[in-house]
Amino acid sequence: MSVLGGLASSLWLRILAIAERRLPALTRLRQPESLPILLNRRRIYVLPSMFGIGMATLLVIMQLGALNYSNNPALLLTCMLAAATWMSLFAGFRTLSGLALKGVTASECHAGGMMQLEFRFEGGERMRSGLRLNCADVSTAFCAPAHAEQRVLMAIPAQKRGWWRPGRIRAWTDYPLGMFVLWSWLNPDLAFLIYPQVEPSPPPLPGNPSHGQGVPAPGREGDYAGLRDYRSGDPQRQVAWKASARHGSLLVRETEGQVDENLCLSWNALAHLDHEHRIRRLAAWVLVADAAQLTYTLELGNAQIGPASGTAHRHACLRALALIPDAPE
Amino acid sequence: MRLSDRQFLLVTATALLAVATHFGQLPAWLAMCVPTLILLRVAHRRRTQRKVALWLRVPLLFTLLAAIVMQFGNVFGREPGSALACAMLAMKLLETESVRDARAALGFSAFVLMSALLNSQGLGITFAVCASLVPLLAALVALQPAATPTPHVWRSELKTAGALFGLGLPLALAAFLFVPRLGAPLWGSPGGFQDARTGLNDQMSPGSMTDLLIDDSPALRVTFAGAVPTPDTRYFRTLVMWDFDGASWLSSGWRRPGSAETLRTLAEPIDYEITLEPSMRPWLPALDVPLDVPLDAPADARMDSTHTLAARKQMGELRQYRLQSATSYRLGETLDERDRARALRLPAEFNPQTLALAEKWREESDSDLAISRKALELFNASFHYTLAAPLLGRHSVDEFLFDTRAGFCEHFSSAYVVLMRAAGIPARVVTGYQGGWWSTTGEYLLVRQSDAHAWAEIWLQDRGWVRVDPTSAVDPVRVEFNAASGGAGPDWMYGNWMRNLRNQLDLVNRMWTQMVVGFNAARQANVLQPLGISKATRSQLLLILSSGIALILLLATAWVLRGDKRRWVDALDAAWRQLLVKLERSGLGLQPAEGPQTLLSRAKQHLRDHPVQPRLKLLVECYVRLRYATAEPAPQDIRAFANQVRALRLPGRGFGKR
Repeated sequence: MSVLGGLASSLWLRILAIAERRLPALTRLRQPESLPILLNRRRIYVLPSMFGIGMATLLVIMQLGALNYSNNPALLLTCMLAAATWMSLFAGFRTLSGLALKGVTASECHAGGMMQLEFRFEGGERMRSGLRLNCADVSTAFCAPAHAEQRVLMAIPAQKRGWWRPGRIRAWTDYPLGMFVLWSWLNPDLAFLIYPQVEPSPPPLPGNPSHGQGVPAPGREGDYAGLRDYRSGDPQRQVAWKASARHGSLLVRETEGQVDENLCLSWNALAHLDHEHRIRRLAAWVLVADAAQLTYTLELGNAQIGPASGTAHRHACLRALALIPDAPE
Repeated sequence: MRLSDRQFLLVTATALLAVATHFGQLPAWLAMCVPTLILLRVAHRRRTQRKVALWLRVPLLFTLLAAIVMQFGNVFGREPGSALACAMLAMKLLETESVRDARAALGFSAFVLMSALLNSQGLGITFAVCASLVPLLAALVALQPAATPTPHVWRSELKTAGALFGLGLPLALAAFLFVPRLGAPLWGSPGGFQDARTGLNDQMSPGSMTDLLIDDSPALRVTFAGAVPTPDTRYFRTLVMWDFDGASWLSSGWRRPGSAETLRTLAEPIDYEITLEPSMRPWLPALDVPLDVPLDAPADARMDSTHTLAARKQMGELRQYRLQSATSYRLGETLDERDRARALRLPAEFNPQTLALAEKWREESDSDLAISRKALELFNASFHYTLAAPLLGRHSVDEFLFDTRAGFCEHFSSAYVVLMRAAGIPARVVTGYQGGWWSTTGEYLLVRQSDAHAWAEIWLQDRGWVRVDPTSAVDPVRVEFNAASGGAGPDWMYGNWMRNLRNQLDLVNRMWTQMVVGFNAARQANVLQPLGISKATRSQLLLILSSGIALILLLATAWVLRGDKRRWVDALDAAWRQLLVKLERSGLGLQPAEGPQTLLSRAKQHLRDHPVQPRLKLLVECYVRLRYATAEPAPQDIRAFANQVRALRLPGRGFGKR
């Protein structure tokens, strides 16, 4: 069996290689291409839909009936219906041909969440309706007005941290009658970075190495600068319980001491966790530290990012975490 | 995907429209039941937003099926078939919730529309049905997701559907012209109109024609090659009836053709062509009296010994035949004993008063002709013509002659022939059509079912069979014009102007019938005559059909691809390329792998201290900024850049070599 299977797969590869050489139009779209992508006749494919096949069968039956009863008006009717069906093929082609994908952007997202992809299409001089887009098993319908750009939003589940390529995107339509499916593969040369998953409820931020490992940085008494709303990750002993009870929501004492030059989120310090868990923990801490507007350093083996704070730093840290190679087997 | 309320309503409305085209053809209970079911379903969906439950649908389906089988006896054939289609469409709507279901329902509606045409193929209904395709297509368009964001969605849907329909017309017409017609049906008999169609019958009893005489549908149309016969000779002979059983007259059926009655023409015969509407009867009416079977004889046409024409099969479709007839003739100058006996036979113990009257006349008169004249004088003196004739009992002729004294052609011809036979004159009843309306614009004679008529023939020594129309003795106008204008015809139905209008409109109907309905295999074979093919074979037609379709589809393809040449050209790239071309013209060789910055430094060396050099520097910097430092350059910036490139004047090729 395995010999046969191997033979079949090698044969398939040979066929693909020949196809690649002989029919570039069919196969080249496996290669990523640069934006913008204009759909034209070289890359629009068409097949009848199931409904189209059913309708064709029905038309044949109707035509046979009309011919059998030598009923010309009925024959005329079936001819008209069949002709309109054919014309719908051309209308469908016009819907797809000339459509251009101008750009794709993605929102920041973490693995396990949803990635908001935004496709920007341009329809050119005519209005196009009944367009569909399939990307990574998600489907959406849209229409592109004439002389304007159409933004199409798709929420795609982000599964794994690291670079994610949308791969081949299928733009298709069965406009106007649903009897023919016309489609085109879009393979934009794009990659989006999916940030690592965040540990749902991480332990408090690690303290200054001088205070001992894993111990949250204590705010020195008397140094506190005021109260602020509780943010996830705030150490429990910083919660101002009495003030919170009066106020009705959790309040935290903010202390000068939290601006700690030495807050260090270290890969090596988490040796007791497994590979992915470490990444999740660090990602969570980066978010906590960033939310608290702390200055922090991310240490990954021998690479060090920071110390710094702010959005750019957060992105740099998350990017570094996202791109950590998978755990060695 | 689930249907929106709007989509569901559109599908429902289309289905109702399709069922409405069957109006008057469905059995009354079904015509009530189907729309009611559909409307109930609309209300149901509005409330529950779900399919009708299966336990309700299945029994309903079987009930409808059983009712249809009970009504028609089976589910095959045109009428039960279309009833079934309507019922199934309603059932489909009960479970329609998704786009897929809706599409199936619309496909089914198309089938229902088509089956409406199987039962009647008039001009009006065909137009109505074909026009219904537009809303049907529009409903399919409305099933598309992400409707266009216009205030009037329905308008754009209708526009799309109309465009598809209109653009498809050339293709449809080509297909219609060249799809090879079948010479013989593949299954079943093409008949199926029997129940619905009125027409002449091979049996005649007083009152049996009443339905026919108020039926205004065309029976036949006649075009004459030469002179048009005068109105008083426009008798279209269809059936000859010899046998009277006291209640009704019967056609003899088939008789040996060997004993055909002799026919001697006294004047030039008349050449004409008859277009017979589908009658579902085998006989072929012919102007009194035809010389022979039709010249372009349908293979199965025969002439009876009494010079009536009939085919073996019923006329399920339009039939055209050319004939010659003599309007002035001697028919059957000798009468053999068998026929004489048959033409004198009367049922025993019927109509004693009539027999007595005839015997009295026999004694008083010296010739057969005089007796006939006496009978006509009697009719003329005290009878009147009416379609609302009183019912007659056992002695129908007695009651008519001595009591009611009112009736129409059947009563008169029947009473006349009984009188003649009783007086010893061989006589028989002839039925057919009489009169007709001459269309001066179309130059043809339109004969309607209401022109059905019954008259008599008596056999006189040396004259043979002579046509006598007793009805004309009562109401000459009836014979000179037509049934409806005489006496108490159905004028109460339409005014005269209405009748005229209908007659004028028949011109359109005739064109429709000739060009579309009657476009059969024989006529199709002549379509290619302009191309020099006198009798096109099936394979030639198929060749023309496929090449015609291919040509139209090619044209459509070319039209669709016409705008497809546009390549994606980035305006910024185009301007940059223009700049490169200018640099190359001024003598700077281009290196494909070179970036803008290196190009600029090389250009600086090349141009040295030429005054254009700072401008070039600015341009390259502008390009670098637009291309690499901006995510998406603004169109006006690109345009400004392109304009500056266009305005840039570089020194000629000789510059660098100085």
